[in-house]
Amino acid sequence: MKLSKKYFADERDDDLVEIGQPRPRSDIRGHVTGRTAYFADRTFPGLLHLKMVRSPHHHARIRSIDTSEAEKHPGVARVITAKDVPQNLYTILILIQVGPEDEHVLAEDKVRWKGEAVVAVLAETARAAEEAAAKVKVDYEVLDPVLSIEDALKPDAPIVNEHHGRNYYLYDSGECRKVLFGDVEEGFAQADHILEETYRSSPIEHAPLETSGCIVAPEANGRFTCYTNTQAMFFTLDNASIILQMPGHKLHMVGGTVGGGFGGKVDVTVEPIAILAAKLTGRPVSFIYSREEEMQVSSPRAAEKIVIKDGVMKDGRIVARQVTAYVDAGAYSRHSPYGAQKAAAHFPGPYTIPNVAIDSYCVYTNRTPSSAMRGFGVTIGDFALEVQTDKLARLIGMDPLEFRFINAYRDGDMKAHRQPTEGAALIECMQEASVIADWPVDERFMKMSSRGRED
Amino acid sequence: MAKIPVQFTLNGSERAEFVESGTTLLAALRDKMGDTSPKGGCHQGTCGACTVMVDGELRLSCLTMAETCNGAHIRTTAGLANGEVLHPLQRAFENGFAAQCGFCTPGMIMAAAALLERNPNPSRDDVVEAISGNICRCTGYEPIIQAVLSAARANSTSAA
Repeated sequence: MKLSKKYFADERDDDLVEIGQPRPRSDIRGHVTGRTAYFADRTFPGLLHLKMVRSPHHHARIRSIDTSEAEKHPGVARVITAKDVPQNLYTILILIQVGPEDEHVLAEDKVRWKGEAVVAVLAETARAAEEAAAKVKVDYEVLDPVLSIEDALKPDAPIVNEHHGRNYYLYDSGECRKVLFGDVEEGFAQADHILEETYRSSPIEHAPLETSGCIVAPEANGRFTCYTNTQAMFFTLDNASIILQMPGHKLHMVGGTVGGGFGGKVDVTVEPIAILAAKLTGRPVSFIYSREEEMQVSSPRAAEKIVIKDGVMKDGRIVARQVTAYVDAGAYSRHSPYGAQKAAAHFPGPYTIPNVAIDSYCVYTNRTPSSAMRGFGVTIGDFALEVQTDKLARLIGMDPLEFRFINAYRDGDMKAHRQPTEGAALIECMQEASVIADWPVDERFMKMSSRGRED
Repeated sequence: MAKIPVQFTLNGSERAEFVESGTTLLAALRDKMGDTSPKGGCHQGTCGACTVMVDGELRLSCLTMAETCNGAHIRTTAGLANGEVLHPLQRAFENGFAAQCGFCTPGMIMAAAALLERNPNPSRDDVVEAISGNICRCTGYEPIIQAVLSAARANSTSAA
C-alpha cells in the first residue's frame, strides 16, 4: 500500500506507527485453520429444530390456522402461533423512537408479503420440522397486492400496512423527509440548462455465505444464551426483550462472528422466536435459514426510484437541484424510514449547490421488507448522482472530472442540510486520482485546495 | 429410526459413529464428530463451503451421504496444520489477506490443497478453475488466487 503524504502535511506529525503497515488480522488464524466458532458450530443435547411456515401470498387475510395435523407429526415438540408471542407487534427502530410498531413476529390477521412468518414448528430433527410445517393449514383470503412504488401511491391503492394507514411513512416533516435550501425555482430560472432524469434500482440480496440464524440454550439459572450471527447485537437484545416481555438480564447474547453480513443481518428476525421456543419447550433450539429463505425471505436492499432535476450553468456550476426519491420499504418499516431520511440529506452529493429541494419518501408495498445493506439510502443515490453528474458535464461539453472539481464541496461551504463542511478532502482525492488514472485536468484544478475557495 | 454405522479415517484418526440413513457427511462430521471446519452454506452443492477430501478427491460433503464413506480417508481443513505449524496454503491465506468473514475459507483451502497435490506448479488459470466451485462473498477472489499461487511458489522453493 502506498501512502501519499504530500496532502495536509502541515496538519500531521509524521510519526505514524500502525497506518501504512501490514498487520495480521486478529481472527485470521481461526479462519485458515477452521477453528473460528460461528454460531452454528455448536451442538447441544436435545436440540430442537425450528421451521417457519411462511405466507405463499403477497397479500392475504388469514381466515384460520389449523395446526392439529402438524402437532401430531412424529417428532414434533411444539407449534407456535401469534397468540404465544408476549408482545407480537414490534418495529426495530422503536428503540430510537422511530415508530409506530407495524410488524408482527408471527402473522395475526393478515400477511403482507410472500414469505411472511406465520407459524413456527419445532421438532427433534430438521426433517421432521419441515414435514410437519407442510401439514399446517392456513386458510387465506387473497387480497390485491401492491407491487410497485407507483401503484402504492395511487389514490385508490389498497392499504398495505394498516399500522401506517397510508402507503408511505409519515415523518414529523410530513409525507416525506424534506431538505430545503436556498430557492430552487430561482436557481432553475437562472440556469443555462436544465436536465431531468429518472433512475431506478431493483432490490439486491446480500447473499452471505452463512445464512441468518441462531441457537438458543436455556440455562439452569433461568437465563437464555443466544448464539447468533446478528450484526446488531444490541438491537437484537433490546427488541427480543420487548417482544418476549423479558428483562434484558435474562438474555445472554453471544455473537460477533458473522459469516458475511453486508447489512443483511441487522434485522431482528430469528432470535426472539427462537428464544420464545426455548422458553416454551425448556430445550435448546436452532433456527437457521435455508439458502432459499436467505435469498427469498431475508430483507434485501430497497428498490429505489430517484428523479433528479438539475439546473447547470455553462461554466459548470450546478445552481439548483430538485430530487424526488422513493425508497420501497416493502411491507414493513424495519430500517427503511431511516434509509430514506439518510438519502434526503445525501442527495446534494459531495457538491456545493446553492439551491436544493429534496423530497424523500419511504413507501410501503407488498414486497419483501427491505432494510440495511452497505450504505443503504446512499449507495443507489450515489449511482444516480454520479451518472447524472456525467450527463451534466456532457450536456455543457465539459470534462466530467473538471466538472466535479468546479462543484466539489470545500471547507466552510454550507451543506443543504445545514451542516458546515469540515475536513473535506475531495479536491485532493480527485487530484491524486487524476494523476494515477492518467486523466489530466487543467492546471487551475490541480492548484485547488479543500481548505477554501480561490476567490 | 434405525441407525447405520459409519467408520472412516478423519484427518488420520479412526472414527466410528451411528447415523440416521440419509445423514450427510457434512452433518456427520459437524454434529457427530465435532469437526466444524466444513461449513454449511447452501446444503445444495452450490457454494463449496463444505468441501472436504475423500480418498484424495474433492467432495461436497453436503451432497455426500455419510454411509458411502465407510473405510475412506477423509481430510478437512482442521487436519491440515501440523500442530502449530501451518500448511503452506494456510500461511499464504494468512499473509495475503485472503479471508475476510472466513466462512468460505476452509472449503477454499481444501479446493486449493487438492489442486496443489495434483499440480504443484499451477498457472493462474489452473487456480481459477480449481476454486470455481467455491463462492466467496467478501474478499473477492484476487487475494485468494494470489495466496494459492504464492503457496505453490513457497512449496517449489522449499522443494528445490
